[in-house]
Formats: sequence, structure tokens, C-alpha cells
Amino acid sequence: MPIQPLLDAETAARNMAEKQPRYSPQEALIEANRCLFCFDAPCIMACPTGIDIPSFIKKIANENPTGSARTILTANVLGASCARVCPTEVLCEGACVVLDLEGDPVKIGRLQRYATDYVFDHHIDVLHAPAKKNGKRVAILGAGPAGLGCAAELAQLGYEVTVFDKKKEGGGLNTYGIAYYKMPPQISLDEVKMIERLGVKFHYGVEIGQDLTMAELEKNYDAIFLALGLGGANRLGIPGEDLLEVVDALEFIEWIHTKPLHEVPVGRRVAVLGCGNTAIDAVSQAKRLGADLATIIYRRGADDMPAYGFEYELAKNDGATFHFHTIPTEVLAENGHVKALRLAKTETREGKVQIIPGSEWTEEFDLVLKAVGQEKQSRAFEKLFPGLKLDRKGRVEHNPETMATSVPKLFVGGDCANGGREVVNAVAEGKKAARGINALLTKQKVTGPVQPSRHGTKDGALGSGFNHPIRVPELLAAMNS
Amino acid sequence: MADLSINFAGIKSPNPFWIASGPPSNTAYQSHRAFEAGWGGIVWKTIGDPIVNVSSRYSALNLGGQRMVGFNNIELISDRSPETNFREIKEVKDRWPNHAVIASLMVDTRERWHEFVKRSADCGADGIELNFGCPHGMCERGMGSAVGQNPDVAETIVGWVMEATEIPVIVKLTPNITNVVYAARAAKRAGADAISLINTINSITNVNLDTLTPEPAVRGLSSHGGYCGPAVKPIALNMVQSCAADPEVNLPISGIGGIGNWRDAAEFLALGSLSLQVCTAVMHYGFRIVEDMNEGLSDYLDSKGYKSVADFSGAAVKSLSDWQYLDLNYKRVARIDYDKCIGCNLCYIACEDGAHQCIDLVDSAPYGLGPGRVPGKPVPKVREEDCVGCNLCSIVCPVDDCITMVEIETGRERFSWNDYQTRLAKGEMEPLPAHP
Repeated sequence: MPIQPLLDAETAARNMAEKQPRYSPQEALIEANRCLFCFDAPCIMACPTGIDIPSFIKKIANENPTGSARTILTANVLGASCARVCPTEVLCEGACVVLDLEGDPVKIGRLQRYATDYVFDHHIDVLHAPAKKNGKRVAILGAGPAGLGCAAELAQLGYEVTVFDKKKEGGGLNTYGIAYYKMPPQISLDEVKMIERLGVKFHYGVEIGQDLTMAELEKNYDAIFLALGLGGANRLGIPGEDLLEVVDALEFIEWIHTKPLHEVPVGRRVAVLGCGNTAIDAVSQAKRLGADLATIIYRRGADDMPAYGFEYELAKNDGATFHFHTIPTEVLAENGHVKALRLAKTETREGKVQIIPGSEWTEEFDLVLKAVGQEKQSRAFEKLFPGLKLDRKGRVEHNPETMATSVPKLFVGGDCANGGREVVNAVAEGKKAARGINALLTKQKVTGPVQPSRHGTKDGALGSGFNHPIRVPELLAAMNS
Repeated sequence: MADLSINFAGIKSPNPFWIASGPPSNTAYQSHRAFEAGWGGIVWKTIGDPIVNVSSRYSALNLGGQRMVGFNNIELISDRSPETNFREIKEVKDRWPNHAVIASLMVDTRERWHEFVKRSADCGADGIELNFGCPHGMCERGMGSAVGQNPDVAETIVGWVMEATEIPVIVKLTPNITNVVYAARAAKRAGADAISLINTINSITNVNLDTLTPEPAVRGLSSHGGYCGPAVKPIALNMVQSCAADPEVNLPISGIGGIGNWRDAAEFLALGSLSLQVCTAVMHYGFRIVEDMNEGLSDYLDSKGYKSVADFSGAAVKSLSDWQYLDLNYKRVARIDYDKCIGCNLCYIACEDGAHQCIDLVDSAPYGLGPGRVPGKPVPKVREEDCVGCNLCSIVCPVDDCITMVEIETGRERFSWNDYQTRLAKGEMEPLPAHP
């Protein structure tokens, strides 16, 4: 049977509503007053964009949400989406000293959302581009978080910036690939509009290499920023993989972001292959959209899963189930549609996953979502940019300070440079690349504003996550060593 | 169990907690509720010739999400007739014979004072409190703080009252005066039995930045009000102790000003109060707060071995002196407990920007992983040789007992500014070098 939508509009909207409501002004005031206004705060060190978190929270406490949003967006132009999609548990909130004091960190993400929502709701632009341009032109390939981070920074430095993307709208995975209950796509689209108001031009529906040739790019632009992310889902390499109802999990999430929620087709019994954060997003949304059963199928154990612990808990609360140490060996069809998965138990020997002979069984599914990692676009890049060096894992090699690649005037950032990390990492890399481009084209170095929470140090700022971000797993490892 | 009952200048009360003259002591109904909740006494809302109040009377100072840290009012004395008030006092006294009911009075002429004093005694009030403190409205008519701010006038009026009274008289003092002790002495000279302080402080709590009118706004206009609540406690304690320590005053003191719990109460008692009056905290939370006041004070007195409130009253009065007698050779320094430190570095920046620059941020290596959640993050370290022992870092530290101020034995004998000046005058020593 072909899959079809399962819920009416009202139920779908209710199930997919943002998982945490917005703070009221009073809630924000109370939460903001929990912040100690640390000097040289650990949360800043844990933020890859180095937002001056104590300062933006102090401004909320002082009933200055516009100033708060200015502090946030100056450091991270996608502060509104990062407020919702950042894994704050392992970043800023994981480093918060109030966690040590009270066992419960300051809710930095929700406060950031409060401040950024305020300026979006009130149509206040806190970022501005200079009226006089510097005469330099930069092309940005990809309108995802890295491209937007780079575009906004360059526009504010006086550049004429043009962004190209093959999709119909900007924002990249922020618009198309985030679990709906974490962030509806409108937030990302509003951010794109804000960057448009900085004078950045966007061209959509452009396939790089076909609609836009490299010769044109090189002729018309002083520098190019490559931020095309990753490719489609990795192949499973099993029979039946090409059936209609075997879908890339990110494509399924894109349906959710491009169709009305009650028109998104969902299986009654959904299998999600893999157990990373995308798998969690897929399985939770399948359940929320009415699947009777939504199951993660993962070849290793619960302790090995790449998904964050809090994401795992979320999926369990949504009623998702988990088959650990299980691998699909075949997708079975009936009348040309997915009918079941042939599954086998696995064990790990010397680090390698192996099928336990004779353990196979069949389980009925009508939709199979692949969340087993995305392909690198290595070959495409090599074709587009002759001489571009890639590392062993297919990532574009780059200078970590400037994001410059092996090709002159070509800079890189986001998933195609880092292999697939958080939105906040992509924004930071875009911003670094913008400063790298600026240094190349103007021979001038731009550094971030001095954080007011640090004024007065004799030896300068001690640590911003923009330079050397720390993460909770790193903190925990160091503490336990 | 310590004896909480008091005999305040002849006014007997089962405990030292009285409702201060104000909105909570406006009616017999409220008095019954207060006594049912456990209050020991009530000072009736000031009785005088009936006034007319405005609508919009209160405003507050909120701080860091905490409501009513300070409170302000432009309400006047009772707007009920003296007949109603005296009748209700009698009703309350009849029902609660062992509780203290004190009539607060404010009138103008000698004859009126005589009349109101007599009517107070006639209705069974245990005492009288003279409202010489109300800082708004009444002072413009030559009453309230207009009296309290002029010790000679106050003395005259207290004299009128003393001519006529058969029951104890408490004079309520205004803090809106250069030195409250002069007003207390005037009350003493005129024969008053006790003093109570402080009344409210002249205030504007805040300005509405949209309308540019302070609250409470009355059709676009506000008025200077009277400030009270937790924020005024330090000012009140200072004035209470000043009166308690003055040998010329030597009167029982009813302490008022920001009392909201047993700890506040114990501090007011320690600095010389014998009874305690509460208004703002009741306006915030209701009469029920007295339960913990009674219990907390009783437990505290027991834990310290005091037998009664009277036994404890004034226990800390002598722990204050003039600055010139403090020991210049006493030394304390800050010590940081790195097991408790969470790495907020507030001590560092407070000392660096706000005090005496004697905390460094140093390599955390000697402290293992260092405090807080970021291994290798520089840690605050006190340079003890430069630390002046100002206490600031221990005050800003958000963790209990993380920074302690430790006494350092200097081996030098007690040496005050007074000693210094004396020895300088005698030529026994050279001037001390100035701090670099």
C-alpha cells in the first residue's frame, strides 16, 4: 500500500507545535535573574559563535530585549534558530556555573529565543550594513547556515554579496531539515529576510556548475565561499533499497517543511535506520504525524548511538521504539510497495559489527527512512574546483582560522568543511570565512567586539568559543581523567 | 521555652510582635484576624479628624524579579471617624483583654490632643502612640513629620499629651531628620514613656518611563510618599541603635522598619528594641507571617540560652562604637575554598574593578582541574599580602562559605585612630605612611 497522510490539520498542528512555549516577559525576567553575570564566563567558551551570553542575559534582566538581541545577533546572525536547535545541554548550558550551584543551568537557549523573538515580532533591525560599499563582490554557494553566516558578516563589512542556492528558498537545513517541533521553518525564513535587508542578494533554483559556471563566478566575484553541505543519504547496499517507500530521512523531514502538515504522507509502521540525531528527528516526527509504530533500527547498542542522550529521551517520550544490535538485510515488497524489512541481530567483534548467523526475522513496515549519514559531495567538488584538496573523509581541506581552501580565493565552511556538525558551527565557520575573505581582499583584520562581561582584564579576553569552543563531552572527559 | 511576653513601658503583650499603625490596623475586623493569627499587639491606624484619601496610593520598588523590596505610600491617616475607631478599639479590647491595643493619634491643638488622649483611655486602649512621622499630606497641615522634624515643637506637644494621659505614651519618630537622637531626647524631656521608630522615609520609588509620572500616579500627578519595607531595614537598625545607645534617651524602643521575619526581629531586639512593629510584610503576605516570627524567635532565644525577650533586648547595642575606637591593627584576608568555587570569577572582577586589585586570575594547574566546569580555566587567587580584607569578594561570591574572611594574627596590640591621634599629639610616634 502506498503511504498517505494520517492526521487532520488540527491534530497534526498540535502534535508538531514547538516543544517549549515562549517565555512570557516575567518568566524571562525571573530566569535572567538566575544568571550570575560571570566574568570570563564558561558559557561563552562553549558557544562556537562566542555570543556574550552574560551580557545578553543581563540586558533581558534590565528589560532591554532589543539590546539583548543586538548582542546575540552581532555574534551569531542565526541566533533565533540556534536558540531552538542548539544542543545547549552540551554547549552553553552544559558549561553554566549555575549547573554546579543549583543542579540546573540558566536556560540560555530559551532566553536567547525570548530576545530574538522580540526583535522579529517588533520588526526591529539590530544589524546594519554600511551605506557605502567597499566595491568588492563575493559569491556564496549555498544559502544554508554557513552561507548565511558568511553573507551577513560580509554585508556588514561593506561587501556586495550574492548567494546562490538550488532550493526554492534560503536557510538550507534550517528551513528544510530541522524537526518541526524544534523550529517551524518560518523562523529560518525570517532570518533569511533579515539578511536580505542587509543588502544580500539571493538567487534560488540555481544548480552550480550547470546554471552558473565557474568561469562566470571567477569573472564576476573577488572571492567565493563554498557552503554546499553534504549530499544525499548513504546507500544501504541491500536488495529493495530503491523501492518508493525507502526514503532519505532528510527528504521525509523536507516533506514536513514544504507541505501542509496534514498532507505529509506517513507510514502506519515506520522504520528509521540509524541512530543519530537525524534519526531521532525522523522517528519522533513520524510518531507525531500519526504512525502507529515508529522504530529505530540500529546495528550497535544504546551506548554507541551518536544521538544525544536528551534526544533519545525525547524520542522515547514520543513513543518511539528501539531495535538495538539489529541490521536490515533486505527490503521486502508487495505489489511494488514496501511491505516489510528482513532484519538480523548483530554483535560487535573487535569493533566490527557482524550479523549473527541464523538470527534473521521479518517485520512489517510500510515506510523505511534512511538516516545512516549523508554522502560527501567529493566528486562534484573536484569537478567544480580543479585542484581542490579534500581530506581522507572527503571534507574540504581548509585553514581553520581563515577557512581558506587550497584553491585561491575559494573559502569553505559548514558541513562540507566539517563533515556535518551543528548549525552553530556552520554559522561560526561562515563568519570566520568572511573575516578570512576580508583579510585577503583588504589586508585588514577584523576581530569581534570586546565582550562587556570581560572589560577590565589585564591580559585580554581569556576564551571565546569562537576561537576554541569547548563541549560538555570534552569537559566531562577532562574532569574524569 | 523562652518567654516571649513583654512589658513595654507598662503595656503588656503576649509577644513582641505588633501590627504597626497602617492599612492592616484600620479596623476591628483586621485586628481580630491579626490576633487570631498570633500577633501580640496592634497599633491602630492613626486616628484624627477624618481625612479624604486619593485613589492610587501605593507603589513599590522591585529588584531582580523580587517584588516589594521597598514600598511607598501616599495614604493618609484613618479616613474613618474617631467615633468609629474608638468604638472598634473598645470592641477589640473587650474580646482580646490580654493583647496590646495602642491608639495612634494625630491632631493639632492642645485641646484636641487632650480630648483624643482621654477618649483613647476611655475606650480601653493600653497605650497611645503619637504619630510625629507621617511624611506626606499631614505635614503640610502642620502635623506628622512637621512636628517630628522639630524637636522643640515635638517636646511641646508631648508635654500636652502627658498633661492629660493616664496610659503609657509612645512617641513615633520620623527618620526624615538629620539626627533622630535629638527627637528622641525631646520626647524623653517631655516625659514620654517610650519611643517607636522609624516612620516612613520620604521617597519616590520610580518614574514610569512612558508617562514620565512617578507612581502612584493620581490623574497624571504624583506626590512624595513614605518609604518602607525590607530595603529600609538597615536605616531603621541604625536609628534604633543610635537611640538605644544614647544615655540621655534611655526609653523603651519599639522597633519598626522592614521587619518581615524572625531574623529581622531578632536583629531589632539585639540593637535595643523591646517590641517590634510590622506593616509592609503583612501588606505583602497577610497576618499569617507571624507564626514563623514567634516560632523562629523562640527557637533562637532557646538556642542562645536567653530566658526572655527582655533578657535579650539590647544584647548587641554595645557591639557598636564610633569608628575612631576600631582597631587599626586588626587584619583579615579572603580565603577561597577551591572545592566549593564554581568559577564565576565575580570575586576577581569585583576586586579588580570595584575594590583594591588583590585577586589574580592564575594558572589552574596547582589546583588540579581547577574550579568550575572548564578544566584549565584560570582560577582566582588572593594576594594575601595586598588584601585589605574589605570583604567585597566574600559578599559577591554566590556560593555559601566559598570565600571566608580569615583573621590574620598581626602580633600587634590594639591601636585605634583615637590612640593614634593621642600618641601623635604627645609626640610618641611619627605619622603612618599613606597607602601606596
